[in-house]
Amino acid sequence: MKVTFPHMGHLWLILKTALEGIGLEVVVPPPCTRRTLELGVRHAPESACLPLKVNLGNFLEAKELGADTIVMAGGVGPCRIGYYAQVQREILRDIGCEYKMVVFEPPDVHFSEVWDKVKYLNRRPWQEGVRGVILAWQKACAVDSLEQEVQHLRPREAKPGQADAVFQQALGELDAAGSRGEIKKIVKKAKSEMAKIPRHGGGPLLRVGIVGEIYTLLEPLVNLNIERRLGALGVEVVRGLFLSRWINDNLFKGLLPLPGHHPEKTAPPFLNHFVGGHGWESVGDTVTFARHGCDGVIQLAPLTCMPEIVAHSVMPAVQEARGIPVMTIYLDEQTGEAGLQTRLEAFVDMLRWQKGRKAAERRGTYLQQKLFQGAENKCQKFT
Amino acid sequence: MPKIYLGIDVGSVSTNVVALDEQGQVLTTVYLRTRGQPIQAIQEGLRQVVATLGKDISVAAAGTTGSGRSLAAVMVGADVIKNEITAHAFAASFAVPGVQTVLEIGGQDSKIIILRQGIVTDFAMNTVCAAGTGSFLDQQAARLGIPIEEFGRRALESRSPVRIAGRCAVFAESDMIHKQQQGHPLEDIIAGLCEALVRNYLNNVGKGKEILPPVVFQGGVAANAGMRQAFNRALGTEVIVPKHYGVMGALGAALLAREMRPAVSAFRGFDLTGREFRSGGFECQGCANHCEVVELREGRQVLARWGDRCGKWSNAVAV
Repeated sequence: MKVTFPHMGHLWLILKTALEGIGLEVVVPPPCTRRTLELGVRHAPESACLPLKVNLGNFLEAKELGADTIVMAGGVGPCRIGYYAQVQREILRDIGCEYKMVVFEPPDVHFSEVWDKVKYLNRRPWQEGVRGVILAWQKACAVDSLEQEVQHLRPREAKPGQADAVFQQALGELDAAGSRGEIKKIVKKAKSEMAKIPRHGGGPLLRVGIVGEIYTLLEPLVNLNIERRLGALGVEVVRGLFLSRWINDNLFKGLLPLPGHHPEKTAPPFLNHFVGGHGWESVGDTVTFARHGCDGVIQLAPLTCMPEIVAHSVMPAVQEARGIPVMTIYLDEQTGEAGLQTRLEAFVDMLRWQKGRKAAERRGTYLQQKLFQGAENKCQKFT
Repeated sequence: MPKIYLGIDVGSVSTNVVALDEQGQVLTTVYLRTRGQPIQAIQEGLRQVVATLGKDISVAAAGTTGSGRSLAAVMVGADVIKNEITAHAFAASFAVPGVQTVLEIGGQDSKIIILRQGIVTDFAMNTVCAAGTGSFLDQQAARLGIPIEEFGRRALESRSPVRIAGRCAVFAESDMIHKQQQGHPLEDIIAGLCEALVRNYLNNVGKGKEILPPVVFQGGVAANAGMRQAFNRALGTEVIVPKHYGVMGALGAALLAREMRPAVSAFRGFDLTGREFRSGGFECQGCANHCEVVELREGRQVLARWGDRCGKWSNAVAV
């Protein structure tokens, strides 16, 4: 059995470790590229949302490398991901691409549903398998902690791209790491290298929270590298959704001691109910970001994503009540980046302007023009 | 030598150049069709500025905006590169102090900008459809055999505008053809189209936004009297069309350049109109992304590259 899985940001690194840990041969699909997108779009229904198409492309590219079994996450509730696995299986069968599929979902009745699937896949004595899964979990936490460091550094580094270079290097090393000690060493080394990166002494930074559908949030091919773009514009990005948290919420039902999402506490009175996907979290996180002093929020979603459309329609009320600007961006198969760049630059200008006004009101001075000028042409590399 | 501030707006349909004096007064404006050749359009625009103002001027600062702003900036040497939303907002609040809403409809896109107390608080751009924009009006005028300049005036002659679906350009066109075949007079159809486009704009671009007066209407489409009237009716308030409505992006870029007052401008001189610039493209085969890399050359020297995701090509150019 040669297993593969869909890409979602850095998920590959964690899944690979876990699946190898239980004794499986793993085929990591080639990184998401335009070819992946083209393959997916060719065979997927036009009206499906983007994650289905890119995933399908991953499966087709993994097949070329000899994979025969797919491990993927499903879902419950009013979001299409719940039947993606089934639709994809039918499409793959129609085009003569045979795969076995193992779908992990938040258990309906009992945790044993997840367990049964693990049992089906497992090739090793239980103790070893568990060790592999724990190692994968530790890697997830390591990746997330490094990524937060990168988010912090991007708007501050003197030369854009340096923090990302260290991060990419560390990801490669983490992939090869085989013990907790090694992981710790890699994280320590990467963090000390990041600490040495020269910074510019530029003006006040903006903080922008990113909310939305998890796939568009975590996969840079799909969101056109939005976090790096914002970083280069001098914006510190904060995000509520990280892989470790998602794994905990979705597969372990929040059993692990991690700060989870609590939309039931943060989203009301704007949205009082689960609406599928991450719609509820999007609203809740926006409220949280406003409370923690973020200057703005960007909501990301694949075009036609129902849960995020519900959240989007609630956003004006949140914006009004909490005084935080929200911009919603729908992503689809277009790879033209100019439109996104224009919107991001305009949003950042707007936030800077407003921040200048607030500061001026506090100090009674007219600062905004100065701040406004500070927003000049920092991000031409990406256009 | 009098100092001037230059603003260049390279859009999909038009390329505009504005020159300001030190007080921010408009000295000259140039409006040209881009015709898919931004380099030539920029050179021609600068040539016309020199033709009007004479050679005896010095550029104190230059700003670029529009979808071709990066290209223009490298070519002319800009001090400010700004997105078109900020540039339009800046120009509107300069032309009409205290403006609270800016409606901007250009050739390919349309935007709404909400300002409160001189500061942008919200904005939106059309995402899915170009139904309400200048190119669609252009196309319909051509189909009906009416010069675009007369199109709006004909709408004003209408007594009872017909209802036309405005959600999508294709629906609008087939609806128009049906109404035509039923025998409705042309002016009623044109007026109906204007109302449909305004409805489309307000529902699509302006959705959820609080439109408060004073409302400024700018962009090439503001020339259209039929559209102005349709906006007046739909909003229940008179929209203000500023004097330089067609070149507000370039005006904004010039004003921003003037705000910045660099010690030495990066402007590369008016003689660049005579130099040879070429843009070329190739597909990088470095990975499966196959990025379409575009480069701008002056003679044999590469000035800039765009379009690669990893930075392999763009970083290789020392700017």
